[in-house]
Amino acid sequence: MGTIVPLQITVNGQPQEVPVEPRQLLVHYLRDTLGLTGSHVGCDTSNCGACTCLVDGESVKSCTVLAVQCEGAQVTTIEGMTGADGELHPLQQGFWDEHGLQCGYCTPGMIMAAADLIERHGPGPISEEDVRAGIEGNLCRCTGYHNIVKAIQAAAEKMSGVPA
Amino acid sequence: MSTIEEAPAKHVGQSLRRKEDPRLITGRAQYVDDITLHGMLYMAVVRSPEAHARIVSVDGAAARAMPGVTAVYSGEDLSDLVAPLPMAWAPPGVEMKMPERWPLARGTVNHVGDAVAMVVGEDKYAVADAAQAVQVEYEPLPVVVDVEEALKDEVLVHESLGTNKTHEWTMGGGDVDAAIAQADVVVERRIVNHRIAGAPIEPRGVIAEFRAGSLTVWSSTQVPHLLRLFFAVQMGIPEDHVRCIAPEVGGGFGGKLQVCAEETLCAWASKQLGRPVKWIETRSENMAVSHHGRDQVDYVRMAATSDGTITAFHANIIQDCGAYFGLLTPMIPELGAFVMTGCYKIPNVRTDITGVLTNKYITDAIRGAGRPEMTHMLEVMIDQLAAELGMDAIELRRKNFIAPEDFPYQTPYGITYDSGNYAATLDRALEMLDMEAFRSEQAALRDQGILRGVGFSTYTEICGLAPSRAVGPKGFGLGIGLYESALIRVHPTGTVTVFTGASPHGQGHETGFAQIVADRLGTDPASVEVIHGDTATGPMGLGTYGSRSLSVGGVAAAHAAEKLAQKCKEIVAFNLEANVDDIEVSSGRFSLAGDPDQGMSLAEVAGCAYIDASAMPENMELGLEQTLIYDPSNFVFPFGAHVCVVDIDAVTGKVDVVRWIAVDDCGPAINPMLIDGQVHGGVAHGIGQALYEQVVYDERGQLVTGTFMDYALPTAEEIPSFELDRTETPSPSNSLGVKGIGEAGTIAATPAIVNAVIDALQHEGISYIDMPLTPLRIWQALEEARGRGDGPKATEQGQPLPSQAEGSAGSGPTQPEGGAA
Repeated sequence: MGTIVPLQITVNGQPQEVPVEPRQLLVHYLRDTLGLTGSHVGCDTSNCGACTCLVDGESVKSCTVLAVQCEGAQVTTIEGMTGADGELHPLQQGFWDEHGLQCGYCTPGMIMAAADLIERHGPGPISEEDVRAGIEGNLCRCTGYHNIVKAIQAAAEKMSGVPA
Repeated sequence: MSTIEEAPAKHVGQSLRRKEDPRLITGRAQYVDDITLHGMLYMAVVRSPEAHARIVSVDGAAARAMPGVTAVYSGEDLSDLVAPLPMAWAPPGVEMKMPERWPLARGTVNHVGDAVAMVVGEDKYAVADAAQAVQVEYEPLPVVVDVEEALKDEVLVHESLGTNKTHEWTMGGGDVDAAIAQADVVVERRIVNHRIAGAPIEPRGVIAEFRAGSLTVWSSTQVPHLLRLFFAVQMGIPEDHVRCIAPEVGGGFGGKLQVCAEETLCAWASKQLGRPVKWIETRSENMAVSHHGRDQVDYVRMAATSDGTITAFHANIIQDCGAYFGLLTPMIPELGAFVMTGCYKIPNVRTDITGVLTNKYITDAIRGAGRPEMTHMLEVMIDQLAAELGMDAIELRRKNFIAPEDFPYQTPYGITYDSGNYAATLDRALEMLDMEAFRSEQAALRDQGILRGVGFSTYTEICGLAPSRAVGPKGFGLGIGLYESALIRVHPTGTVTVFTGASPHGQGHETGFAQIVADRLGTDPASVEVIHGDTATGPMGLGTYGSRSLSVGGVAAAHAAEKLAQKCKEIVAFNLEANVDDIEVSSGRFSLAGDPDQGMSLAEVAGCAYIDASAMPENMELGLEQTLIYDPSNFVFPFGAHVCVVDIDAVTGKVDVVRWIAVDDCGPAINPMLIDGQVHGGVAHGIGQALYEQVVYDERGQLVTGTFMDYALPTAEEIPSFELDRTETPSPSNSLGVKGIGEAGTIAATPAIVNAVIDALQHEGISYIDMPLTPLRIWQALEEARGRGDGPKATEQGQPLPSQAEGSAGSGPTQPEGGAA
């Protein structure tokens, strides 16, 4: 175990000041240091996206980012998507309503990637083609993506105030 | 056979949202890697970079001296293990040469990734570092990778066995050779069903804690009870001192239907060190040492009369087992052989299977397990035969279908198909396709350089494993029966816990089983909690695989609930001073027939059973709890028709799946939404195999596809939206009438794609191409067909085409140049 360096970071709105090994991956910092185990590790090569979270609003694969690279950043994980009163985010609701998950392992990353996709797209319905292109960096082995696409489209419409 | 009972269907049949989901969508689920125990150590495995070598020495001194390292062990250290890793199939009368497989290699390594040593330490980064510091000296041995080369026994994988051929097994009915000799038309093909990975997004993971003489293991497994049994055998620990828990499991697809070296290593190390030990598989490890699937070379013959009556079907299967046997390795092709006749009346059939060892990782059950391979052969051959006969492939199917009135239908193998209406699913699929419109689109697109094709696959498969007497030690030779258990406990407040021996990993048991039980106990699924995957909580169970959970485990739950409901009715009748036969379950209550105001809720009944004995009939046992083991009377045989439409770029050879129509029949639906989800995922798995996925080893046995960078799992951009429908033909084999659906899509998918691609290319003179149908293979076939066949012969990875693919890429000859008959 090597040197330890300071790190100031805000995760799901909570400021954190736990020092880290410089080589520690963001996903291990989130999971092992902060106990936020909703971000998952599914590959070594940033292909699967199960570890996706938002850093300053943009989706990143947290297995390919060092925690120290996030100095001063605002990080949002799947745990931060649920409201304080337990209210589900429209994406979480969409995945539940549309059966957009089976084993659930890819789901947090899928939801975080979709959050970024919807944010970048702006208000209004998103075409199936755009959703599929937008989540091609996240792998799912269970669902064949069919219901994931529907879930994201439903959430996008709900978030735009357009009736689904 | 039991009759179909009219259950009070209130929740059954509804697409209820899943009870599992709230924890999964909020990041609160607990997979193995999410569990941390006090004092927990981490384990990393030192793996062989050689495909075949003698281990000269293992030196762990440098690793041991590194900070945070607790211990380093090699194979010799584990000499106290009582038994090697298990293989659970010993068919009566079949001579089998079985290589021993130990958790750490002893003497030789036999595939890349073979475990040589383990490092245990305080921190996962520390053990990863230290594993690289373990010095292993290897003396390389000759390597054999190609399965047909291995059959020549020029290079032996295990010298002590004296051969690479592990066993031969034949199953058949009628007289194939005579039928072929008399046939008007015989079509022969060499079909390669290439090696694929299960690739669940959660890799495997284990935590083992040996404490005060008892072992607790958390594993990402499909079979916690089998694990407990084998831990007891391997480590010599009494079974009652072993507890296995499958927590949240992030997908399995057969890949976690295994008893794994790493599970034993963690348990053994925990026993040595007195602390819990955790191992989490990396994706690179998952690609190398989580078992692979398929990998057969199939020499297939189909014979028919000139009017299209199929008279014989013969498959000579050469199975690449890899370097060892996994839990079920040699059994996989046999499972396919059970449904060799598919949907058709074929009087003469035979499957000859040869198991072969190579210096690659083991193959074992991956989604469908033998049935995708057999269905692929059969459904591809139907189209090949139709082309040979100059007959429409759909008409050829119809002509040979087993008719609805033929059920129960006994195949030449002696298997009894339970029920079916194959034409109904095909008719509906054709209606959804609109063939006339398709053919005009096909013609129009061809002018634009897009080759459109349509392919069909009408399948039936065997699942619902299984009648224990038929498959057990004195039957088919499995080391255990395949019953399933349920324990239902109604609590004093009327809420319900169902313990099932099935062990899901995404299928939705907690919802579907709750629907079944709620209806029978007059309550709501929200009040029914389903507990699974813990050997300490429920009765012995066999796990989740082979599309068995609902038709075996679900039926167990239904029967247990029905027994409890009967007890509830007796309690209600006692309290209402009514006849028990007049009590019915309706509107969520047990009430008097014709007078629903007279009745009791489940909570009120439970109150009697636990709190007020005076409200119980005299001599009735207190409490509301029922344990039940259900052993099915027969397998179940789901079926359906899948239609695939592809577009092929005539310049690049790239295939796009543009439509997928599936009409499946798995009996009456418990939760239609869950069925659709299984079909979506199953078909996607098949599309992956047919177009993109392939585990590739080079000629030295090096794994070329070691990560998701090289192993092409399909993304959302490669998979189409699905057009689904269902018919419902109940199975007479169980009281719910249900069949399985988890593997059906995968079983149906690959031949539909191959047939569609051939449909798109046949006007170019291309009659057959093996999977995976990569742009390169299709481009090469087009070049050859157009008389420019001198293009490069290489895989997408830049490797020479594996030799098993060479013979069949391109427009294959009608008569192959012999096989290993």
